[in-house]
This record gives sequence, structure tokens and C-alpha cells, in this order.
Amino acid sequence: MNRRALISRIVFSVCAALLGVAFALPLIWFVFAPFNAHADLDLALPAPPTLANFARVFANGAAVGALLNSLLQAFGTVLLVATTATLAAYALARATLRGKRVIEYVLLLFSSVVSGSAAMVPIFLIVNALGLIDTQLAVILVFAGGLLPTAMFILRDFIASIPRGYEESALVAGASPWRAFVDVVVPVLRPGVTIAAVWAFVQVWGGFLIPFVLLRSEQRMPASVEIYSFYSQAGTPIVPLLAAYSVLYSLPVIALYWYVNRKYGFRFFGGIKS
Amino acid sequence: MASIQLDKIGKSFGAVDTIHAIDLDIGDGEFVCLLGPSGCGKTTTLRMIAGLEQPTRGSIRIGGRDVTRAQPKDRNIGMVFQDYALYPHMTIADNIAYPLKVRGMAEAQRHEKARAIAEVLHIGQLLDRLPAQISGGQQQRTSLARALVHPADAFLFDEPLSNLDARMRVEARAFLCHLQRSRGMTAVYVTHDQAEAMALSTRIAVMCAGDIVQYAPPLEIYRRPATTFVAGFVGDPPMNLVAAQATRCDRGITLRGGGLEMSAFASWPALDRALDRGDRVTLGVRPEHLRIAADGAGGRLHGKLFANEAMGPESLVTLDLDGGVRVTARVFGDAPVLVEGDAAFAFDAARITLFDSAGNRIDDPV
Ligand SMILES: Nc1ncnc2c1ncn2[C@@H]1O[C@H](COP(=O)(O)OP(=O)(O)O)[C@@H](O)[C@H]1O
Ligand SMILES: [Mg+2]
Repeated sequence: MNRRALISRIVFSVCAALLGVAFALPLIWFVFAPFNAHADLDLALPAPPTLANFARVFANGAAVGALLNSLLQAFGTVLLVATTATLAAYALARATLRGKRVIEYVLLLFSSVVSGSAAMVPIFLIVNALGLIDTQLAVILVFAGGLLPTAMFILRDFIASIPRGYEESALVAGASPWRAFVDVVVPVLRPGVTIAAVWAFVQVWGGFLIPFVLLRSEQRMPASVEIYSFYSQAGTPIVPLLAAYSVLYSLPVIALYWYVNRKYGFRFFGGIKS
Repeated sequence: MASIQLDKIGKSFGAVDTIHAIDLDIGDGEFVCLLGPSGCGKTTTLRMIAGLEQPTRGSIRIGGRDVTRAQPKDRNIGMVFQDYALYPHMTIADNIAYPLKVRGMAEAQRHEKARAIAEVLHIGQLLDRLPAQISGGQQQRTSLARALVHPADAFLFDEPLSNLDARMRVEARAFLCHLQRSRGMTAVYVTHDQAEAMALSTRIAVMCAGDIVQYAPPLEIYRRPATTFVAGFVGDPPMNLVAAQATRCDRGITLRGGGLEMSAFASWPALDRALDRGDRVTLGVRPEHLRIAADGAGGRLHGKLFANEAMGPESLVTLDLDGGVRVTARVFGDAPVLVEGDAAFAFDAARITLFDSAGNRIDDPV
């Protein structure tokens, strides 16, 4: 290797290392701060490491309840989105429907509007008119409405990659169309549904605006909103508690990714198709 | 088992008329092949019988019952798909037993039946595997087992052997032939391989561009092809076809064409009528009826040697005729065939088939 190449290589490595450190610092903070009773925004080794922050979070009934609310909203939405999106995507992928394309584009357009903040006022008015303000159902329905079109598109592509022959051979074997769908399409589609479900879960889990606008009482708020209770009146964060709560808040998402990765190895798009 | 009748069945995809008006009468226990080139509508016809495609016109009866609008599940059929369409998430046993499961048979009983048919097809040791874990030939037999496990009224096959290699294809063909002989099943079998159709069928329906051009037993199709299309499709190599000009003379009829010469022969009524409509005819003669000889009492084809292929039990010798047409002779035996440069084939007048100017067969003298 000549000198020039060597120097440019060294310069490159140093730059890359600096860049890596810049990104790693917040993560390192995130590892240490929850276990540091006196954590602030500086990076510091906890001395001694302690679980006191977590104990204080768990002692806070509202904070724990908020995590449960988040789970309820996320699972509710995922269930609704996964079932309706699967059925709708199946229809879109398989039916020979006149004007199918137009329907798809209109849906795609609406999905970005419905989940966007621009629609919050009309959504609030509609939910209010339905008498659903301050209910978990309202949050679930609005989330599901926003996520449904995209989930449907994810699944439609999965279904389009399943040969029709699978269903057809079930039909001639004596199955009704519904039976063929349940026996053959749904199992083959499972990786696709899992992706859509995980994606929807993460969206709801991190969603702030919708529950913030539609809910009133603190005992119904999800963690994404409740996390602001760890700010003082003046708006400054109570860092030790915030750090501990953040860890708890990220755990389900991490667990979910870990599970999906173990089960499907993130090679989703090959699926289990042979 | 049951009979199948297609009555003026037609199918259009949008504005495209794919199947025109097919009549097909398949007897109880018959094995009928739909034979034709790719894209002629064989699969579409089969799918209409299965109920996977709605006919645009006409009606379908299975076992005398009108099933034109019936769902596939109400037709009681077994079907083998070209790509097998095995369920990837089910074991081989579950795949085979699926038609029984749908009909509500208990698990132990249906697995018993699946095992029995799997043994017959030599895949009994694979029952616990998934489709992705077995070979193409084994998948093919699995899909066959799945179609056969339940006593259906009729069996439908869509080119079930086309994804196998040549050797396994011949083996599977013999097996199907045996199955048909021993079970006497009613079957409709789609193929573009004329050898398969010849080997398996009780009758062959030759299809061309959405129509059935001839429906007859294999040997009838082979000996008396109804049109030049059938003649050029059936046989390996197929019948040689040479355009000719017919002339009446005092000794009868003479035929002349590029590289073709025939001694005059006596006419007959059907030929007379055809020649009244036009004197352009097509002469057809099978490769096995050509001899390598410079002269002969019947007719001769002159040309330049194009290829000389020794296949073992036979040789195929191909000439480019002076008129530009290519003809092939089949010479039986493993002795080398010595031909070079200019050469000629001879044939007997009794061995020819004549087609009129529209390509339809002219009846033989009786
Ligand atoms: N679903 C369909 N939509 C439009 N055209 C079709 C469809 N299915 C088949 N065709 C057309 O019908 C013709 C016959 O097809 P097919 O029955 O598959 O032929 P084969 O099986 O003899 O090869 C083809 O030209 C094909 O393109
Ligand atoms: Mg086909």
C-alpha cells in the first residue's frame, strides 16, 4: 500500500470513528442514565448503579397505567387493522373489480390525510358527534382508519405474490372460497400479516397527537402522552425518571422486533413460499 | 366416474374471443386429451370444466347434471395443476388428505387414506415433509395423490408432466397409463405433447386457435388427420406436407410440385369433387413411409441432404426439396444410412394422404 492510500485510509477511519461516537453518545447515555439516581443530560457513569429510578416510576400509578393503556390501544388497533387489512387486501388483489386502480389511489391519498395532523379538527368533531370523546375506542378507531390503507398495500403485494393455484387447487378439492382463504391463503400470508401488525403496533405505540386530542382523563392516556408528566411545571425534564420510563416505554417495541427477527429472520419478502 | 358433455362452450376475455364454440362428448371412463399448441385455449377449456372460469356461452354437464354455473366444490372433481400448487405450509400427508379434510373426514381416517395412496405412488416415506423439501417428481406425484385420494366423478390434468425431465416424464406417463387401465377413470388431460396424447388417450381432441379441429381415437388421428394442421402436429417427426398441382390426364391424376413427382393414378369420387373446387392440393406422407431410393412405382421427392441423424433404433434423414420444403424420412434399424448431396425419397401411392386447397382431408378411395 502506498503512502497516499495509507493516509487517506487513516483520515477516513478517524472521520468514521468520530461520526460513530456522535451517534453512539445518546445511546450510551440511555444505557447509563436510568440506573443513575442523579442523572442529568451529561454523560456520567452511575455511582453506584441503582434501580431506584425504576422503583419511583413503578410507584407512580398513572405512569404504569399509561403503559397498560398503550398496550390496550396498540393491540386493539393491531387486531382491527390486521383483520380488516387482510380481507380488504385479498379483495383488492384477487377480485376483478372495475375501477380497482382508482379505489386504490383514493385510499392511498386519504390514508396520508387521515393520519396527518391536518385532519385532527374534523376527526375531533366527528368523534365528538359520535359521543366517543375520551374513550379508548375512539383512539383505536382513528388509529386503525389511518393505518388501514398502508397496511392494505403492504398485504396486497404479499397476496399478489401467492400463486392463485393454491386457492384454486383448494377450490377443486371441494373447499368453499372462504374455506380456501382460511386454509390456504391466511397461513401462507402469516409473515406479511406479522409485518403489517408490527408496523401498526409501532405507529400506535409512538403516536402522540391522536390520543392527546381525543382523550381527556389522565387514567386513559397512553405512555406517549403520559411521559410528559415527568416534566416539571416549568417544562424542564426530571431526567432520572424520564430515563427510566423511556427504557420501559421502549421495551415492548424491542421485544417485538426481537421476536419477529427470531421467527422470520427479517427475510420477510421471501416468506415461507416454496 | 361420470361422463362430461360440453355443449357449444365459448369464452371471451374482454373483447378477445378465446374459445369459440366447443362441443365435446366424453364418455364415462374415457381418457380424453386436449392436444394443441401453446395458447390455443386448452387450459381455458379445462378450467371451465373445473369451474375456475365461467364460460361466456354454452353449457357443461358432468354425469348428466348441468354444472355450468356450479361452484368448483360442487362438481366433485380431482385436478392436477401444471405447477402442482401444493400448499407450502402443509406436510405431504396434509396436502394429500386435504380433499378429505374439506369433506369432514376425521384426521386418523384421512391420514390412513393418504398413506394408502402415497404408498401406491411411492411417496409413502415422505409424508412428514413439506413440499419445499421434496423433488419435482415427488411433488408431481403428491399432487397426483391429492387428486386421486377422493373418488371424484372426473379427473382433470393440466400438463402435469411438463415440469419433469424427459426421463421422468416417460416414467410418469407409463404410470398414468397404468392407472387409467386399472381404474377406468374419466379424465380430461391437457397437453401440447403429441406423444403423451397418443400414449394415454382413448380419444384425442386436437385444438387449434380456440376450436376443436378433430376428435377421434389416437390411431384414427394418426392415420387420418382431418386437416393439414393435425397432420403437421401429430407424429414425431410429424407428417411431411408438400404443396402440389393436380392435373387430370387420360390415365388419371398426376401430381407435380417443387421436388415432387408422381406417376398418374386413378381418381376417385371424393378427389374428383375436391379437384372441381380447385387443383391446388397438399400431399401428406408420414416419415416412416418414405424410402431412400431414386425411383419407385408411386412417387418421388428430390432434394439436397439437410441432415442425417442416427438415433440408434432408427435414423432421421432430412432433405431440402427443390421447392424449398423440408421433408424427413424415418429409416428403421441401426445400420448407418449413407446419403450425400442430391438425394431422393420414394413412396407408395397407397400411403399418401391428400388435402384440398382449404387444408381439409380428402377422403380415401373405399
Ligand atoms: N385470464 C385471462 N385473461 C385474458 N386472456 C387470457 C386469460 N387466460 C387465458 N387467456 C388467453 O387465452 C388464450 C388461451 O390460453 P390458454 O387456455 O392458457 O392456452 P393453452 O393452455 O392452450 O396454452 C391465450 O391467448 C391467453 O393469452
Ligand atoms: Mg395451458
